[in-house]
Amino acid sequence: MTTLVTVPELETRFAGVITPDTRKGYEGYIVDVQHLKDFAKALRDEYGYDYLASLTGVDYLPEGKMEVVYHVYKSTGGPGLVFKVQVPRDNPVVPSLVDIYPGANFQEREAWDLLGIRFEGHPNLRRILLWEGFWGHPLRKDWREPYFEEEGKPYSSRWPEGKHFHHEDRNPFGKNVDYPPGFDPYTWEPETADEILYQAVLKRSEIRDDLRTERVVINLGPQHPSTHGVFRMIVTLDGETIVALEPVMGYLHRNHEKIGERNTWIMNIPYTDRLDYISAMANNFGYVLAVEKLMGIQPPERAEYIRVIMAELTRIVNHLWAIGFLLNDLGAFFTPALYAIEERELILDVFEAVTGSRMMNNYFRFGGVARDIPEDAWKKLVELVTDRLPRKVDELDRYLTESELIKSRTIGVGVLTAEEAIALSTSGPVLRASGVPYDVRRADPYSIYDRFDFDVAVRYHGDVYDRYLIRIDEMRQSLRILQQAIRDIPDGPIMAGKPQYQVRVPPGEAYGRVEAPKGELGFYVVSTGKPNPWRYHVRAPSFVNLTALETMCRGHKIADVVTILGSIDIVLGEVDR
Amino acid sequence: MVRREGKDRLEGLQVPGYDIPDEVKGHVVITTLNRLYNWGRRNSIWPMMFGLACCAIEMIATAASRFDLARFGMEVMRPSPRQADVMIVSGTVTKRMMPLIVRLYNQMPLPKYVIAMGACASGGGPFKEGYNVVSGVDKYIPVDVYIPGCPPTPEALLYGLMKLQQKIEKQSLKEVYLQKDEYIPEPVLGPDIMDPRDFPMIREYTMKKLQEMQAQVGESTAEQS
Repeated sequence: MTTLVTVPELETRFAGVITPDTRKGYEGYIVDVQHLKDFAKALRDEYGYDYLASLTGVDYLPEGKMEVVYHVYKSTGGPGLVFKVQVPRDNPVVPSLVDIYPGANFQEREAWDLLGIRFEGHPNLRRILLWEGFWGHPLRKDWREPYFEEEGKPYSSRWPEGKHFHHEDRNPFGKNVDYPPGFDPYTWEPETADEILYQAVLKRSEIRDDLRTERVVINLGPQHPSTHGVFRMIVTLDGETIVALEPVMGYLHRNHEKIGERNTWIMNIPYTDRLDYISAMANNFGYVLAVEKLMGIQPPERAEYIRVIMAELTRIVNHLWAIGFLLNDLGAFFTPALYAIEERELILDVFEAVTGSRMMNNYFRFGGVARDIPEDAWKKLVELVTDRLPRKVDELDRYLTESELIKSRTIGVGVLTAEEAIALSTSGPVLRASGVPYDVRRADPYSIYDRFDFDVAVRYHGDVYDRYLIRIDEMRQSLRILQQAIRDIPDGPIMAGKPQYQVRVPPGEAYGRVEAPKGELGFYVVSTGKPNPWRYHVRAPSFVNLTALETMCRGHKIADVVTILGSIDIVLGEVDR
Repeated sequence: MVRREGKDRLEGLQVPGYDIPDEVKGHVVITTLNRLYNWGRRNSIWPMMFGLACCAIEMIATAASRFDLARFGMEVMRPSPRQADVMIVSGTVTKRMMPLIVRLYNQMPLPKYVIAMGACASGGGPFKEGYNVVSGVDKYIPVDVYIPGCPPTPEALLYGLMKLQQKIEKQSLKEVYLQKDEYIPEPVLGPDIMDPRDFPMIREYTMKKLQEMQAQVGESTAEQS
């Protein structure tokens, strides 16, 4: 289980600056806003907490306060530390930590976008998921969406009477829109956000030498065959070389967190499937861990094993997909992907037999899993894990790894050094390919991962080739875990207590982190004891990994951008949420 | 050829109005131009390579070896709308993406078709209540086939594509090729997404809201004094 610590030495050194968080169910320290930067700097340089895992805000409307929550860890492993700052709600200004933890960049922008917390000193504090000119900051508790019905589910119109109405019939426009009072579309001037963006990117790439060359701004996406969805990049070129790159996202922002705060606790499980939709059950895992930590329950042995089996199978599915589509991006159009998808289909057959759905499994529950693995699915699974998949992983390896074309396109491309990778808060294969052996399964073990014998895959060059190799390595390690799990799995119940529709979650906060296939997936949840979460935040690995995209791309050719993006392996459902 | 009216006319597209003498039945095939042309058209629909969200993954799985879209002549996914016949809206349509989808739709040549794949594209799906989600792509562009599911299985997508084939088969060439290219105005992103055709209504609504607010403020100040 993810653990947090307190450091007594800090309390004496920063006496008067930090106070332990004494609210019931809360942990960590509350730091005085004025001294936040000194505190963070000391934490990073003197105490070794050099990895900022998660940064988010919480709107405590009744107290009139905004809180920014930071989770920091040591890149050498071990438990983490949480600290918070509190600012008044009507004027929330917090110093930016981008110069101490560069990985805070996008996360601070997200907090500004959705909660309206201003980060002073941030180099580029613009909206990130919504567009410039959007009305309000949606995650504030007093902000209401156009289809607003009630503060929390279950809505009294739907339950217990079961009367249903269509939101379209109540909205004067018949669709999901609302406008501020006094707004006149005829005199309204469109935001020139795109132009500002292009200019900003151009400015970042100012010409410093005497040679007069021209910079060209190229827009890639959001409808582009190789952006893995609706992702957009603005690239400034000098000839063919990239001098600056700005990722633009939010084209798939589906308001996961706002909906999650209206939902009851258990309703959120199917929504987490749709975050990283290639590896749905890994997302389930993170969320149930966070909520179980709050509830203080422990799933039975068999359920733990089933969870590990499912999470590792998901990892294999994800890495197969990632490798297939990385090769797609390299120009080997669809043949490697066909090999990968063939195996994925077989694993998905097992998923369908166990959970009832191919992709959106909705399988984990608080305190266990939804149902046991049926006999025939188990047979298929054992056959896959012990025989077919190891062969097929070797086959992929044999076909691809030594290919001259792949080597010449990927070796030395998109290099990210270990220091940069840690500073930019990257996680998962991206971090480990840069030579940092940080795997949450080992560094901060959760569930029963401490029982298995496996190696943390690590590679040292930090280029696209290593990021490809590390996925092959990880599939092999996952198969090792799976083989041990199917050997050791005990019989027994799969659910702690009896299944409930409405769980009681005591007040408090929790941060659950798992090693999802794409990196560290964290769920920060705050409960007030009500049926709905007060705050539900997702620390999405793809989103944070994108912070490193510009660093990786600078100095390379425009044709390599697509390759580098493919090697990070993003999923837009998770980037934009 | 016998001219048929109304409901008969549709069937007429399928059945030529000639009786073929028995002695030449083995040598002669008589069909209508409509039928021949639509047969070709329906078996070479080129989808646009355009994925939005989760459903796009199932769309790719459908194109892969197990389900194999190529059986239907649809494997040629075109990244450019200019070369595409059908747009498979595969995933949640957000307000931020909507202007671009309308632009892509406008860029497609006639005859063009739209498939709303999955619950989100059909009506908002699980994310319907979200502030950035369009409740169904049909609020802005016309849709030919809706495929339910979250996400629809590849089989469901294939069934939807077969439905589209049936629709194409029944169309008359005259109607298809003489239809005017209807330009759909692109929505713009203001404080919320705005359809340019709704501008008068938006102004009326916001002014009314403003007056109500002022009246409320007026009442409360009157009460205080």
